[in-house]
Amino acid sequence: MASYPLDGYRVVDFGSAWAGPQMTHIVADMGAEVIKVESRNRIDYGRMGGAASAKDLLTKTPEAIVTAAPDSLELNPVFHLLNRGKLGITVDFTKPKGADLIKELIKKSDIVADNFTPGVLDKYSLGYESLAEIKPDIIVVSLCFAGHTGPLRGTRGYAPIITALAGLDSVVGYPDETIPCGPRFAFGDHVAATHGALAMLVALIHRNRTGEGQYIDISEWEATTSLLGEPLMDYFMNGRVQGPMGNRDIGIAPHGYYPCKGKDEWVSIAIKTDDEWLDFCNATGNTSWIEDDRFSDSYSRLLHQDALDELIIQWTANYTPREVTEILQKASVAAAPFMISKQQYHDPHFRERGIVVEVDHPKSGTETFYGIPWKLSETPGGIRRSGPLLGQDNEYVFKEMLGMSQEDFDQMTEEKIIY
Amino acid sequence: MAKQALSGIRVVEYGSFVSAPYCTKLMADLGAEVIKVETPDIGDESRNHGPFPNDIPHPERSGLFLYLNTSKFGITLNVKTSTGQKILKGLLKDADVFVENNTPQFMNELGLDYPSVRELNPRLIMTSITPYGQTGPYSDYKAYPINCCAIGGVSQSIGHHWREPLTAPLSMGHYQAAVSGAGATMVALLVGDATGRGQHIDISEADVWATYYVGFGITIHAFGARDSLRKGYIGGGWTYPARRVIPCKDGFMALCAPQLKQWTRFLDLMGNPEWTQEPRYRDRHAMEDDYPEEVDALLAPWFLERTKKELFELFEKNAIPFAPLYDMEDEANDPHLSERGFFATIDRDDTGTLKYPGAPYKFSKTPWALNRPAPLLGEHNEEIYCRRLGYSREDLVALRRAGVI
Repeated sequence: MASYPLDGYRVVDFGSAWAGPQMTHIVADMGAEVIKVESRNRIDYGRMGGAASAKDLLTKTPEAIVTAAPDSLELNPVFHLLNRGKLGITVDFTKPKGADLIKELIKKSDIVADNFTPGVLDKYSLGYESLAEIKPDIIVVSLCFAGHTGPLRGTRGYAPIITALAGLDSVVGYPDETIPCGPRFAFGDHVAATHGALAMLVALIHRNRTGEGQYIDISEWEATTSLLGEPLMDYFMNGRVQGPMGNRDIGIAPHGYYPCKGKDEWVSIAIKTDDEWLDFCNATGNTSWIEDDRFSDSYSRLLHQDALDELIIQWTANYTPREVTEILQKASVAAAPFMISKQQYHDPHFRERGIVVEVDHPKSGTETFYGIPWKLSETPGGIRRSGPLLGQDNEYVFKEMLGMSQEDFDQMTEEKIIY
Repeated sequence: MAKQALSGIRVVEYGSFVSAPYCTKLMADLGAEVIKVETPDIGDESRNHGPFPNDIPHPERSGLFLYLNTSKFGITLNVKTSTGQKILKGLLKDADVFVENNTPQFMNELGLDYPSVRELNPRLIMTSITPYGQTGPYSDYKAYPINCCAIGGVSQSIGHHWREPLTAPLSMGHYQAAVSGAGATMVALLVGDATGRGQHIDISEADVWATYYVGFGITIHAFGARDSLRKGYIGGGWTYPARRVIPCKDGFMALCAPQLKQWTRFLDLMGNPEWTQEPRYRDRHAMEDDYPEEVDALLAPWFLERTKKELFELFEKNAIPFAPLYDMEDEANDPHLSERGFFATIDRDDTGTLKYPGAPYKFSKTPWALNRPAPLLGEHNEEIYCRRLGYSREDLVALRRAGVI
């Protein structure tokens, strides 16, 4: 167990969908005991997409769905991925007895995490103020779209809206198109999740040293915008509003994705220094480019990068991305193949580093997950199990951990408190 | 100054540009004492990067450097000299954390590889941030951020499928690696507090992209679903508008409404124009997958009559989760961010008073803060060398003459 650095810490996790669950699986990978709270009245939407469709969840009760197809909420591999290593309980905390049960659990925990719209937990007297009364050193990490104060605090938004509002989309796109295309994945959720995990750990260090808990308010918007220091400083210094540059870089040319042999095959190449340029020309057998005045130093290459790109495309078109990468890396020039998930799945580097790993799930069999990118030499952590089945750890948590009698457990189940 | 969560933690940074500096900025703004080691006369690469006030380059006025190095102390040290190495090792003996983003070969040559450093100080946590990590077939590959986007798989999700893929711009991968570096360092600090033992943390920028950012694609691929290939939002299967950007009077609006009731509220707000009754515009899956531009065009006139601000207020009031696509000017002037005090202000001799992007998180008891402006090159030499390490002023002069500091 020594290899799990957060062994002994307990997290009560109200997260759902993406950012919340991802934040807590990061600490579960490191050994924290994360208890995911759901109820049949409040299922993590992330369970959709297996056998249960979005339409099902909007039109039927979870009970009806489960009755019709018992495993329909247990088959979404992305839910398993984002909730790996966690325990799962079902409590209806909208009922006072359910909220009391949660409080008993929180008394024995270190951290509470959620990504509700502001106010949800307060409504059931599970907000930070109430929790601090029963557990003064509790740490609450609460992340939401726009933060818990300010005029837009109640705003909801999905991942594509976060990157738009946070300014990232305005600098991601093709410079020759009117509409910036932005990243097409849940970038803002991932930013919030990693910042949430970081903040949680910082608060834990402080609590261990001083005994003081606290409340942490994370705005997905602000976490994303905080990564745009460079263009924001340009605005504050010069009033300049930067737009998308495509694959161009302000200081590096050539810099981009170049087409290779095959359909939708690309290689990324970036050359900054004059030494790299010499090595590039020699490695590709284009020694005449060395003599070309247009490319004689970094500054000249930046000025003539259109012409430069034309020439490079003619060369890369004869090779596969892997071939270009090998030729250039041998000469210490930065090149790398454009990869899609399918290629990453098979990639020897990611396999060797444990970035692509197989994990078993009781209903789905073996699934492939991303591994742990936080590589600690002495205490590496690990993925102990897949995401929990709905309510799978009710007995352990309520009876063993909280000492509830079988009679009370049955009564709570009967009353749909444990539900 | 209010107490901060990482007060008392000593960090030494020997890095350059974005990843290691941002990693230690995250710690410094939360109270850690960060000593940044720069090469004499040259300094951190980001000093030459800009943006510069009024576009006049100056190593003490680069916006990127100023942003990434707040709250730190700065010293100059030529680590390639043997005295320089001795001094750095002296600092590491007293430190809790050592953050660097050099190549493994370079650190080996300097005798600053982890096994050597551990002999100096077994409690030390060494955090190394590199493009591809310390191990594996690509660990010796040379890379700039675009290359990590390529192998990290992030570019499969940026751009159109009929054009070249796009990189995440502005060194974005360096920032993601930095956040993970800081998180992993916190885990190691918790272990260190309990056991007194240090360790080596190996963060690869490509790993971080390939896991927390687009790693779900690996799961989806193995599950048998189609790869998304820049075709739409998260592998498709969503309903219109999954992620559409529509021009309005003074910019763009971003639309995403997975729930039918959100879309219906929006159509109500538009006054349910006649086309909304046609079967072609009631199948939201087909609208998203097969003819989204056609639907965009139908929405366009209504949007073009209204400003970002008007639309955002309308959508807010009607619980429709659409928002403006903000540029940097919009960010800087947004009333919500301003009320939350997101932008901080720093006065520094070389630049005067400037606004900076602020806290990515708000700690209630141990607030995040910009504790001091980014250091001038060698600004804290006297403080660190004389007052901390016991060198005399005469030593300082001799070290300078010898090119050590």
